[in-house]
Amino acid sequence: MKRYSAFAIAREAIGNHLGWQKAWASPAPKAAYDVIIVGAGGHGLATAYYLGKNHGITNVAILEKGWLGGGNTGRNTTIIRSNYLQDPSAAIYEKSRSLYETLSQDINYNVMFSPRGVMMLAQTHHEVRGYRRTAHANALQGVTTEFITPARVKELCPILNIDGPRYPVLGALWQARGGTGRHDAVAWGYARACSAMGMDIIQQCEVTGVRSEGGQVTGVETTKGAIACKKMGIVVAGHSGQVADMAGFRLPVEAVALQALVSEPIKPCMDVVVMANTVHGYMSQSDKGEMVIGGGTDGFNNYTQRGSFHHIEETLRALIETFPMLSRLKMLRQWGGIVDMTGDRSPIISKTPLGNCFINCGWGTGGFKAIPGSGWAMADLMARGEPGPLAEAFDLWRFKEGRFIDESVAAGVAH
Amino acid sequence: MLTLECPYCGIMADETELSPGYEAHLKRYGPGSTDAEFEAYMFARKNPKGVHFERWRHAYGCGKWFLAARCTATLEVFGTYPAQTSGPPPHIIAAIKARRPGWEAGQ
Ligand SMILES: Cc1cc2nc3c(=O)[nH]c(=O)nc-3n(C[C@H](O)[C@H](O)[C@H](O)COP(=O)(O)OP(=O)(O)OC[C@H]3O[C@@H](n4cnc5c(N)ncnc54)[C@H](O)[C@@H]3O)c2cc1C
Ligand SMILES: [Zn+2]
Repeated sequence: MKRYSAFAIAREAIGNHLGWQKAWASPAPKAAYDVIIVGAGGHGLATAYYLGKNHGITNVAILEKGWLGGGNTGRNTTIIRSNYLQDPSAAIYEKSRSLYETLSQDINYNVMFSPRGVMMLAQTHHEVRGYRRTAHANALQGVTTEFITPARVKELCPILNIDGPRYPVLGALWQARGGTGRHDAVAWGYARACSAMGMDIIQQCEVTGVRSEGGQVTGVETTKGAIACKKMGIVVAGHSGQVADMAGFRLPVEAVALQALVSEPIKPCMDVVVMANTVHGYMSQSDKGEMVIGGGTDGFNNYTQRGSFHHIEETLRALIETFPMLSRLKMLRQWGGIVDMTGDRSPIISKTPLGNCFINCGWGTGGFKAIPGSGWAMADLMARGEPGPLAEAFDLWRFKEGRFIDESVAAGVAH
Repeated sequence: MLTLECPYCGIMADETELSPGYEAHLKRYGPGSTDAEFEAYMFARKNPKGVHFERWRHAYGCGKWFLAARCTATLEVFGTYPAQTSGPPPHIIAAIKARRPGWEAGQ
């Protein structure tokens, strides 16, 4: 693989850009691999990458039913933050955020990580108390956040109306080192790095069955034939319930649609990410100038990647008091993804009832920010067969034993 | 937008008039049950890609809970029925089979 660099751009400019290589190879599947990862979203690709980088395991296939990064990884609003309340969450999301800081250098692919700052508005007294508590918790966890005043909020984001009659801004939880990234680039960059290590990324290859013998997975059936493996990782987000069903176990997961939308592009007017959890909406501005807007999930099980229009309407209606300028903007595009919601709104990185089968799912509405950290922890689990410190609290058995990691109360809108 | 018929009022209700209640026909466990039974009741979900039975409440209408048979892969609605039953009634099963010949109840 030729490295990307300023020099490479100059070289290719002279050579009429005829020397660029394909970013990743598209081989036919082999008969067997040491490890099969099902799902080439960010989490599956990152798992494969760290299996190779941290554990030297490279006889790996990543099977994807559509195109890589075409699931939630390519559909999200790219907010990256780690200001969670519970210790296990803060640990893995902060690991992830810190990996994002050097990811472009690590994988030699510009993921456009932009630590522009994430602001979570407190618009009720309940939220003020909640975010003050989170700021204290973050201080103990070593995550740098602070609770800021309304005046400081206005200074950081002048287009905000802080004096709204229904939802005045009473302060905010500010994480200066949070921000956004380029979602496609994260998927493409990891894919390119995996391919360079000799791993096979096989697109248009849907897993349709799981073969097992004596409590161990022996391989998978796919639309491109049967493939054997020594270990399997299920990393399919919204389709987790379906693939778990093939493997013969049930998950505490429901698949629902989450929508987002962007406005027409406008001049730069906002250089931070703002989340308004009480009214259930959040916004940032993309490099193209579009306002990127999201809200809450739709309310029923859904695999169609589209949601109901009234949710879009609710999100915008809610945000207009806080961002009056939105009322004059045209909305350009709207789309949905199928998110995997768990019973405690925290993810699962776990062993399964099948000895050599592992699962990573349940990132729901907020797993883009977690891609590097989750891949790191999942690779560790798959390589050693036992969870390390980042993953151990996120096991599947916590639902039976009542060890919930309850972020639903802490996060409101969970991004 | 999803439109469901409330089996009590007999009117077609838009999704904005309804509250979702997720999986129907869950067996409810009480004191003395095992951890596994509680887990199954509270957290383990079928979450099928296809035919699904679920609870809905006619929140801005009569206020009653009812049940619906719906396809999560196409959003097609097969029918709705009152909640006072532990399984889908025969006419709902028939309506599903008419549209999904390979489908078996209990899946
Ligand atoms: C509208 C929206 C906004 C969001 N905003 C944010 C945000 O601002 N910040 C944030 O941190 N997170 C956000 N998220 C959540 C985030 O996108 C996800 O948590 C994350 O991308 C999940 O990554 P993944 O790799 O687990 O799943 P995916 O990217 O969905 O990848 C799973 C892959 O598995 C494949 N697959 C499924 N079944 C099979 C099969 N049987 N065989 C083979 N392949 C299969 C799918 O095709 C898919 O490509 C948002 C999500 C949505 C939908
Ligand atoms: Zn009614």
